[in-house]
Amino acid sequence: MTAGLGAWGVPVAVLGGALRVSTPFLFVSLGECLTERAGRINLGLEGTLVMGAMAGYATSVLTGSPYLGVLAAGGVGVAFGALHGWLCSLPRVNDVAVGIALMLLGVGLAFFLGKPFIQPVAPRLPTIALGRWSDVPQIRSALEVHALFVAGVILAVALGWLLRRTRWGMMIRVVGESAAAARAIGYDVERVRLLATMAGGFLAGVGGCFLSLGYPGSWNEGLSSGQGLMAVALVIFSRWDPLRCLLASLLFGGAGALGPALQAVGITSGYYLFSTAPYVLTLVIMIATSSARRTLPGQPGELAGAR
Amino acid sequence: MTATASLSASSASRGRAGALAEAIALPLAAIAVSLVLFGIFVALAGAAPLAMYHQMLRGAFGTWFSIQSSLSRAAPLMLTALCTAIPARLGLILIGGEGALVLGGLAAAVAATALGPAPPLAVAIGMAAAALVAGALWIGACAALRALRGVNETISSLLLNYIAIGVFSHLVEGPLRDPASLNKPSTAPIGEANALGQLPGMTVHWGLVFGIVACVVAWILVERTTYGFAARMVGGNARAAQLAGLPVRRLIVAAGALGGACAGLAGMAEVAAVHGAANSSLHAGYGYSGILVAFLARHHPLAIMPVAVLVGGISASGGLIQRSIGLPDAAVNVLQGILFVVILASETLRGRFAGRWRAWSGVREPARAPAPAEETA
Repeated sequence: MTAGLGAWGVPVAVLGGALRVSTPFLFVSLGECLTERAGRINLGLEGTLVMGAMAGYATSVLTGSPYLGVLAAGGVGVAFGALHGWLCSLPRVNDVAVGIALMLLGVGLAFFLGKPFIQPVAPRLPTIALGRWSDVPQIRSALEVHALFVAGVILAVALGWLLRRTRWGMMIRVVGESAAAARAIGYDVERVRLLATMAGGFLAGVGGCFLSLGYPGSWNEGLSSGQGLMAVALVIFSRWDPLRCLLASLLFGGAGALGPALQAVGITSGYYLFSTAPYVLTLVIMIATSSARRTLPGQPGELAGAR
Repeated sequence: MTATASLSASSASRGRAGALAEAIALPLAAIAVSLVLFGIFVALAGAAPLAMYHQMLRGAFGTWFSIQSSLSRAAPLMLTALCTAIPARLGLILIGGEGALVLGGLAAAVAATALGPAPPLAVAIGMAAAALVAGALWIGACAALRALRGVNETISSLLLNYIAIGVFSHLVEGPLRDPASLNKPSTAPIGEANALGQLPGMTVHWGLVFGIVACVVAWILVERTTYGFAARMVGGNARAAQLAGLPVRRLIVAAGALGGACAGLAGMAEVAAVHGAANSSLHAGYGYSGILVAFLARHHPLAIMPVAVLVGGISASGGLIQRSIGLPDAAVNVLQGILFVVILASETLRGRFAGRWRAWSGVREPARAPAPAEETA
């Protein structure tokens, strides 16, 4: 398969993988970025991601329309975001702990409800062939881009603009920087946070349905391997900036594609070790970008870790 | 004079009784609410909730066989719960128990192979020591990253779970694989003679004793020693503890290492008493259920014991529910998830009932201190 390219097959496959694998990272990290800018951490997006994958696939199987699947996944994400936002608005409820609980609940619910949908085949989302200019099949398949990825890129730019240039964006930022200041202006802090968490959940749900309806494009219980969690770490690395979330997602997508790419050219001995590359990369980046002095540049002042 | 003293003493004891009553009643109420919610969920899924609960009770505690099965599952849960509960007293949310368990089990299996023909007791001690060290290093490193670099310990510990399982799978299916293990790649078996036996008259293995001893020791450590006092002080207000001259960083690393050692020991017990070798059966989710146990017990080492038996019972009944009611095996995970969410939500009611109790008993006293920072921060 890679005979035409030889060793060059690896970087091409990593590039193609980066474009495909990065999409769930991108959506979840954009969602988490929005939530954290409003001053709350939602660690439960891993659960939302798996629920979104299941709901999207099931809806696509039942209705025959993958687009309805995307909507259903987003709707489930909104519901989970609303639950997280509401629970955290109760006094003395810890947002990090609620996130862990919702992560376990979401994964459990998805496995429970998704059991009947492991066998059936769902109609999948279409792809856009950006590699038509090339004669090399590997490059053509590497540049087979999903519409959701393009939507994610547009969304990253739009979200950056929203946060920096609009009234809503300023409201979210004020709430995230200082709840007291936001209250003094007259903003309803809990409501802004609830809406930001719901919007973040929507994006995470959509990111999840990319796994089941885009790439790899099936539903089973081993579908997610912590992408939702890594995306949360990725937001810290991106300094809470949507455009940097895009770059970081591409980097992580490439790292995630490394294991399968090496396996395709016949390097199989360390498969499990290579498959830990994204986690190790996340950890290394977290160590490199964290600081013992606690507050990081760009970190919203109301985040649990900042106080 | 004497009257005032006796009055204040009785009011203090009443306040404590109220707090204790609340500490027991609130989780029980949360469990009841969770069972109702899960019952509604099961009914929506098309099964009969009462029949399901009957089967669950039978599968968890209905027969001597099922009680023993629940206790066997409670053993690793006590130890992995401590991995979350001990650091929680310092205000950390560490959820790396799964990784520490897996690596502890692997270290124990390697130690058994290395010690080979030594007498069984020496092998058992070697296995336990290797597992304790492996777990302590793994979670201790995570705590050190928090203390020295300010790395978010919740995310890093969860990432370390994935890395631990990757390293484990690489070693078990590669360099450490026993060629004789065909269908399920495993390390070399530890040998019949070295297996950790069962408690007299039961099919429950000695891991349960490890768990109980660890919980009691952790309770003494946290509640009755200067280390525990310092740790709780860090949990209350890290900056104040630092200003008071406490070695905050060292306390954090020590708590992580202790918790990790407990989870590592759970891995050793699973390898030595249940599986007989290290293989993929080790990552069965005990680390994640242990997080639930720790939060249900509000990170109190003594409360962990009964809660672990309860959660162990729920997971033990999963198979029976699947067979007799036809619900997917993930039903147990859904119940655990609902339980987790409800118990966290119930935190918001804490303190209100204690106030009622005082009002009811007719004694005025100063407002109680707010809950420790790990719940409020």
